[in-house]
Amino acid sequence: MDLMNIDFMSKRVYALTASAVLFVASVVSLVVVNLNWGLDFRGGVLVEVGFDEPKDPAEVRVLVEEAGYQNAVVQNIGSERDIVVRVLPVDGVDQSVVGDEIFALLEQNYSGTELLKSDYVGPAVGQDLTQQGALALLIALLLVMVYIMFRFTGKFALGAVFALVHDIVIVAGIFSIMRWTFDLPELAALLAVIGYSLNDTIVVSDRIRENFRAVRRGTSMDVINYSLNQTLGRTLVTSLTTLLVLVALLIAGGEQLFGFAIALTIGVIVGTYSSIYVAASSLLLLGIKSQELALPEKEGATAMRS
Amino acid sequence: MADSRFVGQNIFGTQSTSRSKTRYAPWRYLVALLVVVVAGLYALPNLFPPDYAIQIQTDNKKNSVGDPFNIGSGFIGQVVELVENNDVSVKAHEQLENGALFRFNSEIDRDRAKLFLEERLNPEGLDRQFIVALSLADTTPKWLQRIGGRPMTLGLDLAGGIHFVLQVDMDTSIKNQLSDEAEKVLDQLRAARIRYVTGQDIVTGQTLTIEFADEEIRDRAMSTLREHYGLPDYELTSTRTAENPAIQFSLTSARLREMEDLAIEQNLEGIRNRVNELNVSEPLVQRLGRNRIVVDLPGVQDSSEAKRILDKFATLEFRLTAKPDDRPSEIESFPYEGRMETIQKEIIIEGKSVINAMEGRDEHGIPQVNITLDRAGGDRMHDVTKDNVNHHMAILFIEQKPIVTSEIVDGVRVETTRIEEERELISVARITTALGYKSRITHLDSMREAKLLALLLRAGALAAPMYFVEERTVGASLGEENIQRGFTAVVIGFLLVLAFMLVYYKVFGFVANIALTLNLIIVIAVMSSIGATLTLPGIAGMVLTVGMAVDANVLIFSRIREELKVSKPWAAIPAGYDRAFRTILDANLTTLFVALILLFLGSGPIAGFAVTLSIGIVTSMFTAIFVSRGIVHLIYGRPNVEKVWI
Repeated sequence: MDLMNIDFMSKRVYALTASAVLFVASVVSLVVVNLNWGLDFRGGVLVEVGFDEPKDPAEVRVLVEEAGYQNAVVQNIGSERDIVVRVLPVDGVDQSVVGDEIFALLEQNYSGTELLKSDYVGPAVGQDLTQQGALALLIALLLVMVYIMFRFTGKFALGAVFALVHDIVIVAGIFSIMRWTFDLPELAALLAVIGYSLNDTIVVSDRIRENFRAVRRGTSMDVINYSLNQTLGRTLVTSLTTLLVLVALLIAGGEQLFGFAIALTIGVIVGTYSSIYVAASSLLLLGIKSQELALPEKEGATAMRS
Repeated sequence: MADSRFVGQNIFGTQSTSRSKTRYAPWRYLVALLVVVVAGLYALPNLFPPDYAIQIQTDNKKNSVGDPFNIGSGFIGQVVELVENNDVSVKAHEQLENGALFRFNSEIDRDRAKLFLEERLNPEGLDRQFIVALSLADTTPKWLQRIGGRPMTLGLDLAGGIHFVLQVDMDTSIKNQLSDEAEKVLDQLRAARIRYVTGQDIVTGQTLTIEFADEEIRDRAMSTLREHYGLPDYELTSTRTAENPAIQFSLTSARLREMEDLAIEQNLEGIRNRVNELNVSEPLVQRLGRNRIVVDLPGVQDSSEAKRILDKFATLEFRLTAKPDDRPSEIESFPYEGRMETIQKEIIIEGKSVINAMEGRDEHGIPQVNITLDRAGGDRMHDVTKDNVNHHMAILFIEQKPIVTSEIVDGVRVETTRIEEERELISVARITTALGYKSRITHLDSMREAKLLALLLRAGALAAPMYFVEERTVGASLGEENIQRGFTAVVIGFLLVLAFMLVYYKVFGFVANIALTLNLIIVIAVMSSIGATLTLPGIAGMVLTVGMAVDANVLIFSRIREELKVSKPWAAIPAGYDRAFRTILDANLTTLFVALILLFLGSGPIAGFAVTLSIGIVTSMFTAIFVSRGIVHLIYGRPNVEKVWI
């Protein structure tokens, strides 16, 4: 796959249509049903208990409901012997002891119980995190834009940010559509997706810039196509190795890292695609010209392929 | 655009136009070698499995300043003898600053030793004397420790334990303090015979607003109040409410910060004292942001117990000693310095009025304690003491003390905790003059006594109310499972990437794999030596780093492949490295930005992820550019190379 000659840009209409559909679907889902926020952001209580024999969640649910937690969600997790009890936050009620009470209840009623995990997050903490998370995403995007503007040009920066927003919205959108829980590790994954997708976008942009300077003939579309083909091998290899380790995380990481790994997996796939189609197409849309990238005479001599 | 400044000044290679065969300077090998050796050394401590150990401390919070029981070599000898008489061998023992540590050969040995140590040190039915905590002791060799080598610390999600976040109720605390202040302000207006409008809420949020009938009275009030109040604590402004002219007191942000810091400091100290009551070998108590406190208790599982202990605090009561005409129902007696001291039941002020207490020396160098009271407390103190000069003032320290006792139920040792209120007379001193909000207890016998007294006064002083806002408990078995899973994920991911690189890039793949392995070692070395905590997301970050560290190599190799089409290997290889450098720098710097933002956003696990990711990005650039280039140069550096396996 050294140097293929795929005409990426001529197919950009289809690609952009697909992107637009996915993007709009994601936005609609995010607006209408929102993300399935997890404990970290929404607050509440989660207790994970291990038993020495398989346990029916329905049986445990009855017990927990009788103890006064009508809104508790009881499920198996990981294996049939592990039960997770979730209690949603209730306005104005201090839930900091609920976890202790639920475990004590199960311990009294069953022998061989073991506390695997107990989390309580107060509403204030959840709100703070949501704000901080949103802020972090915004700052990340802004900083990245400024950096690319400084190192490339405004059009490249715009293209990169389009690609990043595209990636974040689609990953979050898929989480929303699939109703997967979105918690702190997933937010971290989302930020890592920004990092990853950006990495890809910059490598492609770097090559586009270089070729605009070196290959003065040909249309912008030819130059971009040529650059995409040149970087394709690298883009695919890096995505592949990253996907390989993500597969390892999906297989071995267990319940705790599943959401994180899946978010990154989607992010890497979407990010790879977006650096080709979204970032590069944006450059065409924004009407990039080789003159904008011309180097000052003196320094140009050493950088260009002679 | 200013986008051309890296051109031609590539610090990692010589200029790309000059292609001679001696282009790779020897110092680069040296740097690479040095980093490899140092990284290897600092990663090494992680290979020594920790010892199962028991840490023993005395269960007495005054221990740090007082001198009750000291764990010394005699005690250590007795413990070793006791354990070995029960057929468990002690691997090693050492004296710690505030106790002793005993190492064992296995977990079973350690747990057995704990059983009979508990039985002997804390006899059944009696109050607990010693804290016997299980711990894992570092086994890094001395010479490695001396250069700062230590293994990575495991986060609570890997080691098991409890993480609490407590929020200090600043609003209530500040409102209380302001209400006290308001009373004082109104007192002054009354004293100056200035009428203010009554029946209004004076305290709102962080301001006091006092209304007056007309502006002339308001201005008179202003000049009176300015004598007592103002910067740096308050900003006084003339204003109008909907109905009346008014004066507004606003807390300056400096004063507000000061009040917050004080409240947090007092709570931190209170919690630190409490945490010592728990069987924890390495607790962590830290301020988080403006008004939160983090408490990490590795190894602790029973969160309700921990909460009960952390929640309770101490207070103080200042009272006069008994006078001859006091009725018996108005007085009570407490032991003090070996005698009984009778004091009045009436309380002058309580701990919440105490703002600070510090030990010091008077002008003759005699130890003393300086006490600062809040204004309301100071006034009250003044009113009482001015009529009681030459009487004695007694200070009572009241502590809600958790008492741990153990008993054997059905052959299992069960520890129970009850909260007991303990009252202790900590000072009786003659009142030499009318006291105000600054006073001193002088002529103490020693600096140590002064220190202890000041500590107790601070411990009993105002603590703003706190509540639990976050709690995460991870069971020991889940922690072990997480370690296992994380380890497996790293191994599988790593092997998959190594295999792929070898197949795809052949000799160069092999070189990249060496760089990748080094990368992992350097990440571990850096994390160990800066004392970063390894968490499950941290491991995920490491796995991700492995996948992404390849990128720098891949960028270089695909460049070399391109260059090989037009040049000979001796020229193509350096050109590939040079041309890829700028892309690598751009791509990695931006990713680093994002990782750093993540670091500021997150506490705990997320920070762990961000730390490993940031370190990984930097090290992957280093290994790709320095190490892999060096090795490639060793293999293909000769000018007559014709064929390259890439």
